[in-house]
Amino acid sequence: MTWDWHFVGQILPSLLGGLWLTVVATLGASLIVFPLGLLLALARRSPRAAVRTSVVTVSELVRRTPLLIQLYFIFYVLPSAGLLLPALVCGIVGLGVHYATYAAQIFRGGIDNVGRGQWDAATALSLPRHRIWRTIVLPQALPGIYPALGNLVIAMFKETALFSAITVQELLGRAREIGIDNFDYLEPLVLAGCLYFAVSYPASAAIRRLERRSARRPA
Amino acid sequence: VLIDIFNTLVKGLTVTVEVTVLAGLLAAAVAILAGTCRLSQRRSVRVGSGAYIEFFRGTSALVQLYLLYFALPLVGVSVSALMAGVIVIGLNVGSYGAEAVRGAVLSVPTGQREAATVLGFSRWAQFRHVVFPQALIVLLPAAGNLLIDTLKLTSLVSLVTLSDVTFQGQQLRLNGSSPVAVFGVMLAVYLGLSSIIASGIAWLERRARRGLHVA
Repeated sequence: MTWDWHFVGQILPSLLGGLWLTVVATLGASLIVFPLGLLLALARRSPRAAVRTSVVTVSELVRRTPLLIQLYFIFYVLPSAGLLLPALVCGIVGLGVHYATYAAQIFRGGIDNVGRGQWDAATALSLPRHRIWRTIVLPQALPGIYPALGNLVIAMFKETALFSAITVQELLGRAREIGIDNFDYLEPLVLAGCLYFAVSYPASAAIRRLERRSARRPA
Repeated sequence: VLIDIFNTLVKGLTVTVEVTVLAGLLAAAVAILAGTCRLSQRRSVRVGSGAYIEFFRGTSALVQLYLLYFALPLVGVSVSALMAGVIVIGLNVGSYGAEAVRGAVLSVPTGQREAATVLGFSRWAQFRHVVFPQALIVLLPAAGNLLIDTLKLTSLVSLVTLSDVTFQGQQLRLNGSSPVAVFGVMLAVYLGLSSIIASGIAWLERRARRGLHVA
C-alpha cells in the first residue's frame, strides 16, 4: 500500500475537527485540574488528621489505577446510578480528577518552597490566614511551578486520546473510524500522530525555553 | 458475585503481568541506554537519543500503539498484539526513564568522579563503585513511579484485542455483570498490583541506602 495524498486531503478537515474537540477536552479538564489540585494540596495541610489521610488515600487510589478503567467506571457506572452524562463530559471529569492528583503534588512542591520566614513574618503581623495564602504564599509559590503545570496540560492533551475508548470522536477516535470505513489505517493514523506532535512538541519546547530564561534571572 | 468477577479477571492477570514485566525490562534497558547517550560527548549520539525521546513524548502511548498495530502492517511491518504492546509501552516509558537516568547521573557531584580518577579507578570501576550506587538512590523513586505507569499503560493492550485484566472486565460487562462490581473489582486488582510494585521499590530503596552515607 502506498501513501495517498488525495486521501490525506479528503480526511484532513475531519481530523482537524477532531483536534479541535481534543483541545476543548483539554481546556475543559484544566478547569477541573487546577482548582481541584490546589484544593487537594491545601487539604493535605489541614490540621485535621482525618482530612489529611483521606486525601492521601484517595489520591493514591486514583494515581495507582489506569485512567482507562477510571473512564470506563464513569462512563458505564454513572448511568446505572441514574446520572446520564455525555461521553465527552465523562472523559473530561475522569481526566480532570486523575490529573488533579498530579497537580496537587506540583502545588504542594511550590508551597513547600516558600520560606518559613515568610510564614513567620506574616503570622507576626497577625494577618488573617486567608490573606497569608492569597497575598503572600501563593504569589510566591505559583510562578516557580508554571512550567510543571504547563507540562501537565500537555500530558492531558495527549491523554485525551483515551476518550476514543468511550466513544468520543476526538482526534484519535476519528482517525480510527476513518480507518475502519476505508479499510486503510495508514494515512489517518499517521496524520493523527503528526497533529498530536505538532501541538505538543512546540508547546513543550516553549515551556523549556521559558524555564531556561527564568533560571538565568535571579529570583 | 464479587468472587466470580475476581476469578474471571484473574484470567487476564497473566497477560497484564507479562506485558508489565516485558515492557518494564525493555523500558529499563532503553532508559539506561538513551539516558547515558544524552550525556555522550558526541553530538550525533546526543541528537539521536534526543530524537527518540522527543518522538515518544510527543504523542500518547495509545496513538503509538494504534500506529504500530493498525498502520504499520499496511507498509509490511507486522507484529503480534503482544509484541506491539510490549514495544510501544516499553519505548514510551523508556523515553521518560531516559530523562530520569540523565538527571540521576548528573546529580552525582563531579568531585566524586574526579576523586575516583585520582585514586586510579578505571572508567568502568568508577561507574560501578562510585557513580552508579549514588545515582541509583536518586533514580529509584522515579523508577518506581515509571513502573506503576507501565502497569497502568498495559490496560491499553485491551484495545488491540489482548485479553488482559481490562479486556476480561469489558467481556464481563458485555455479558451483563453489574458495571459497578466489575469496575470496582478491576480497580482493586490494579491497585493491588501497583501496591506490590510500590512496596518492592521501597524495599530496594532501603537496600540501596545501606552502607551509603547520604541524606
